[in-house]
Amino acid sequence: MSDIAERVKKIVVEHLGVEEAKVQENASFVDDLGADSLDTVELVMAFEEEFGVEIPDDAAEKILTVKDAIDFIKANS
Amino acid sequence: MFDLSARRALVTGATGGIGEAIARALHARGASLVITGRREEVLAKLAAELGDRVQVVVADLAEPDAAERLMKEAEAAGPVDVLVNNAGITRDMLAMRMKDEDWSAVIETNLSAVFRLSRAGLKGMMKRRHGRIINIGSVVGATGNAGQANYAAAKAGLVGMTKALAAELGSRGITVNCVAPGFIDTAMTQKLDEKQRDSLLGRIPAGRLGAGADIAAAVVYLASDEAAYVTGQTLHVNGGMAMI
Repeated sequence: MSDIAERVKKIVVEHLGVEEAKVQENASFVDDLGADSLDTVELVMAFEEEFGVEIPDDAAEKILTVKDAIDFIKANS
Repeated sequence: MFDLSARRALVTGATGGIGEAIARALHARGASLVITGRREEVLAKLAAELGDRVQVVVADLAEPDAAERLMKEAEAAGPVDVLVNNAGITRDMLAMRMKDEDWSAVIETNLSAVFRLSRAGLKGMMKRRHGRIINIGSVVGATGNAGQANYAAAKAGLVGMTKALAAELGSRGITVNCVAPGFIDTAMTQKLDEKQRDSLLGRIPAGRLGAGADIAAAVVYLASDEAAYVTGQTLHVNGGMAMI
C-alpha cells in the first residue's frame, strides 16, 4: 500500500475516531464511517494541510470515499 | 470564575467606546488581545495603556479582503480563541432619503464583514475544538428605530447569522452569541441633543444610559469557559428599555 494511502487513512482514523480496520478504500465517509457534513469539511482541510495541496470546493464535493481522497491527492501532489 | 488568561481575543472596532471597554475588560481578565480598527494612533494609545499581551492590527473592514488579511495577521502571532465582532457604522436617515450606498455601506460593514471575519476565524477554532464568537448587535435589531432601516436590518441579520453559526458549530466546542446593547453613552449617542436624551431616559427603567463596561461584562461572560453551554443567544443589555 502506498505511503499516501497510509497517511490518508491515518487522518481519517484520527479525525473520525473510527477503527483502522473499518477504513477500507471503498468506505464512504458519510455512510460507512459516520461523518457529518462538518466532518467532511474538516477532513478536506486536514488533507490539504498534510499533503500541501489545495482542494477546491467542486473537487471536495466529489471526495466521498477514502479512495476518492487518495486518488485526488495522488493526481495533484 | 471568568478567567481568560489562557485565551487570546480579537476585538474589532476597538477604537470606539464600546470596543475599547470590551478590550479593557477582556485584558483585565487575563486575555491576550488583538485590537483592530481604522485609526492607528487610537489603537496604539490603547495598546500602550494596556501594556503587554496586545497586538495592534489596523484594518478597514469595509474593504473586501480586509477580514481575511486581518485574521491571517492575527493568527500568525497566536490563536484567536475569542472573536468579538464589534466594529459598526451608522448612516442614519429616513428611508425615503436613504440612498443605495447608505444602505449597502451599513450592511457591508455591520453584517457582511462580520460573516467574512467569522468564516476566517472558524478554521482555527474548529481545529482547536474551542471558540467563542461574540457579535455586538443592538436593541434596534429587535425593536426597529425610525431613521435606521439599514442599521436595524444589519443588526437583526446578525441575530439570524448568530443562530445559524451556533447550530453549525455547536458540536465543535464553538459558541456563537450576540450581545445587544441598548443606548450606551458613547460618541455615537453623544450626538443626541438634550431633548432626545431626556426622552430616551424616560424609556429606560434603569434611569441612565448604559456604559461601555456594562456591555463588556456581558462579553467577558460569553467569552468565558463558564458560558460553554450558552450558544445562539442574544443577551440584551439595555437597562430594561426593551424586554424581549
